[in-house]
Amino acid sequence: MNTTNPISTHDGTLESWRPMLELAAREVFEIMLGCKLEVQNDEPSLPGEFTAMVGLAGQLCGLLTLRCGSQSAALMASKMLGAEIKETDQQMWDAIGEIANMVAGNFKNKLSGMGEGCMLSVPTVITGSDYSCRSMADTAPLEVAFLFEGAPVVIALELHS
Amino acid sequence: MRKIRALIVDDSSVMRKIVERSIRQAGIDLAEVREAGNGAEALGALKESGADLVLCDINMPVMDGIEFLKQLQGVENAKGVPVVMITTEGSESHVVQALSIGARGYIRKPFTPEQVKEHVIPLLDDKK
Repeated sequence: MNTTNPISTHDGTLESWRPMLELAAREVFEIMLGCKLEVQNDEPSLPGEFTAMVGLAGQLCGLLTLRCGSQSAALMASKMLGAEIKETDQQMWDAIGEIANMVAGNFKNKLSGMGEGCMLSVPTVITGSDYSCRSMADTAPLEVAFLFEGAPVVIALELHS
Repeated sequence: MRKIRALIVDDSSVMRKIVERSIRQAGIDLAEVREAGNGAEALGALKESGADLVLCDINMPVMDGIEFLKQLQGVENAKGVPVVMITTEGSESHVVQALSIGARGYIRKPFTPEQVKEHVIPLLDDKK
């Protein structure tokens, strides 16, 4: 189900990649978790308890983040593993890091030519909401807000030129 | 089909469990499943007691899947053991590189159990 849609160039704004990012995330959740993500069109609330980050380097350089609450993270891990995962379980961190990794990989593989020249870092997961993050990206991030089982999940892409 | 001994190599413990579940859902009868968190651990496991099938990620700390494939060629216990890469690194150049240094299959994440079946079963049939 790795549909590759040809986007050879983008129009200079990250916004043009929104449909690709939405599709990449939807596919990961449908295939690996058996769940449909709903796009949230309202101003997203920012769930900050869990932040999974995957770095992109090379032709596409920046950071993809996935933010969600602890209950959502536990539910994602449970859906992935097919077993109940508690909010204190280490597997929860591992699961959301892996989901962010798959969304980043699926996204870049959909961009024609980008898969070749873009490498992904291994994921990093931050817990807690009391932090600030200063990005070196030179454009505003592309943020896509979803509802996962009724709870907010925000996926953001920040790129360097 | 005979029971097989599988080695699953991924730095994510969650993903190792998912790969194992997918193999079982593909109808492959597993006699044993061992796990490794990176290529170096996988080489150690193979040197110790071999395997019938290896499913391996590419992007891992310590030793990645490509380096694992390169070093695997010198491991006596691993001769003829099919290695299938399961990875987010889905670019054509990664696929070509992995296949050119010994991988027998390549599955992109996210993946379904049907894709695992499609790629793995023919390799096990080859070994009959």
